Amino acid sequence: MNTETKPDIDIDRSVGDFRYDVDYAFDAGVGLTEKTIDYICDVKGDPDWVRKFRKDGYKKFLEKPMPTHWASKDLENIVFENIRYYLSQGQAPKRSWDEVPEDVKRTFERLGIPEQERKFLAGVEAQFDSEAAYSNIKEAVGKQGVIFVGSTEGLQKHPEIFKKWFGKVIPSGDNKFSALNSAVFSGGSFIYIPPGVKVSHPLQAYFRINAQNFGQFERTLIIADEGAEVTYMEGCTAPKFETATLHSAVVELVALKGAKIQYITVQNWSANVFNLVTKRGLAHEDAEIKWIDCNIGSRLTMKYPGVVMKGRRARGEVISIALAGDGQHQDTGAKMVHAADETTSNIISKSISLGTGRSTYRGMVHIPKHLKKCKNNTECDALLINANSRTDTYPAITVRGQGHSVQHEASVSQINAEQIFYMQQRGLSEAAAMSLAVNGFVNDLVQQFPMEYSVELKRLIDLEMEGSVG
Amino acid sequence: MKTLSIRNLHASIGEKPILRGLNLDIPQGEVHAIMGKNGSGKSTLAKVMAGHPDYTVTEGDVLLNGQSILGMEPDVRARLGLFLAFQYPMEIPGVTIANFIRAAVQARLPEGEELEATEYYAKLYAKMDELSIPRAFTSRSVNEGFSGGEKKRCEILQMAMLQPSYAVLDETDSGLDIDALKVVSSGVNALRGPEVGMLVITHYQRLLDYIVPDKVHVMGEGEIVLSGDKDLALKLEAEGYDWVTAKK
Repeated sequence: MNTETKPDIDIDRSVGDFRYDVDYAFDAGVGLTEKTIDYICDVKGDPDWVRKFRKDGYKKFLEKPMPTHWASKDLENIVFENIRYYLSQGQAPKRSWDEVPEDVKRTFERLGIPEQERKFLAGVEAQFDSEAAYSNIKEAVGKQGVIFVGSTEGLQKHPEIFKKWFGKVIPSGDNKFSALNSAVFSGGSFIYIPPGVKVSHPLQAYFRINAQNFGQFERTLIIADEGAEVTYMEGCTAPKFETATLHSAVVELVALKGAKIQYITVQNWSANVFNLVTKRGLAHEDAEIKWIDCNIGSRLTMKYPGVVMKGRRARGEVISIALAGDGQHQDTGAKMVHAADETTSNIISKSISLGTGRSTYRGMVHIPKHLKKCKNNTECDALLINANSRTDTYPAITVRGQGHSVQHEASVSQINAEQIFYMQQRGLSEAAAMSLAVNGFVNDLVQQFPMEYSVELKRLIDLEMEGSVG
Repeated sequence: MKTLSIRNLHASIGEKPILRGLNLDIPQGEVHAIMGKNGSGKSTLAKVMAGHPDYTVTEGDVLLNGQSILGMEPDVRARLGLFLAFQYPMEIPGVTIANFIRAAVQARLPEGEELEATEYYAKLYAKMDELSIPRAFTSRSVNEGFSGGEKKRCEILQMAMLQPSYAVLDETDSGLDIDALKVVSSGVNALRGPEVGMLVITHYQRLLDYIVPDKVHVMGEGEIVLSGDKDLALKLEAEGYDWVTAKK
């Protein structure tokens, strides 16, 4: 159980250094059965329609095959029976600071993360300090009628909006992992922006970390009503040190007529995590949805943010950066479904593979026959650092009918030894030269991230490069 | 006197010997020119001094103020004060000139010391003004889409910012029209002084009208075959290289 469903718990926010003793504990145990789902529903106090939704999701999860015919065989190594599907805050795995691996600690230090946050990110303790900052944001946007709450609170207190769109952009049965998420979801955000409201500050999930936002199976739903505008940011560049090995989120965005949604993600997973995420937006007439996505770390990430352009002149965009370190596989890309005339989509993807790291670009662009004047631009560039690094590109562009304009460019490059020599001759060490070249490669995309993220991203690339050279 | 000394230097690429026992001393405060035909090993000498990984030194030594630099990484040699202006400067997409030079200057500071941004830019802009480089230049990616003249000016700007104790200019005149040649030469001349030794590698005498050398050396078959004063360059221009090789 979390604080969202227990609003009566009194937290004294005037005390900066309070401890929050969680004396209730809920744990759904290991493995997934119908009972697990009943347990989650009971604990969270889900309404009947949600219980039905979860069970339906569970059924589809069992029916759906693993996507291993086209995806990495590594997926077969996920042991669903060993996974804990629901943990309340009180049951967050306890560990001491000494158990946190040295390299994770070092990264915290180099990124300049405050002591308290380090401990939270390392899973040593839960952090509540940010609750105050979150409340401030909530208050500021609340005056405009903006709803910014956790998914549980969203479905309980705002069912009329929530129910209308929940599971509509990404049906439970979309894929095995969206079905799994539908069965066991908890945490994540629910956001509603009323017509014409333009939220000036980005809404940050970072401020909601104690509200289970970083859960394994979070579920986010954002609705921007007609002419509304919002930017949402999730994650941070600090490595998230997880004991859980499966992260499977579902994020649904709905941009009604003329609305704009920008969704920014920076995630840095520890190397044991399977990160299998389904993200999709529905753009109505003249609406715009833009995904800005940066994936670092994890054992295997599979993530293809998509936009369904349902209304005339709708626009979809995916800007993505992936960095596959030694032994990691970043399988990322984009899905653009054109479903109305004069819709425009743009995909720009850059990946970097280090050591035995592998990055895969997988893109799907669909323009059916009956439409007119649709446009797509796809650019995917891969950079290989070491001789054993790997990259693959699988662009699937289906264009039927006439009068459409489609462009696709792909490149694979390696950092040239002459470039490194040139930079070394100026006094930069080999590692510094590599970092600079890699930062240069992604520079135009990094510029699209908010300032504080772009600075951290650069530092993070430097750190990753240090380990790969020499 | 502080000197860059090359002693009986032999170097090869793969199995092929290119430098065959080259000797040369460049004291600080002097400008020396090396001339020679294509394929005489001029550019190889520059790369071997800078530590290019494709070349193997089989014999001899290169001493920077008495200290052997062979076996050092290229960046260590650079931080000791050796600068090479490249004949073909590399493009570094996405990295601006301002950030590149800044990283290079930062690399020369002691560990833990952070370059002061305002001071850095003040110095950068002052040097750019001296070289008639417009401000907008700093936000362009290093050498990407540059004209021949812009590339060479960018090399000289880097040299001016890094203040080396020894600078090797490899065919800095190649690809320059006469106006660009004048600008680049005046930039080089501005850096001349008692604290820097320069080695100007060129194929044509033309450059030496603008950068007047203290000594001129002729290179052939991987060694210095003749040395003289600046008049030697004029003689080479008038009579070609064949008489030098014949004399040998």
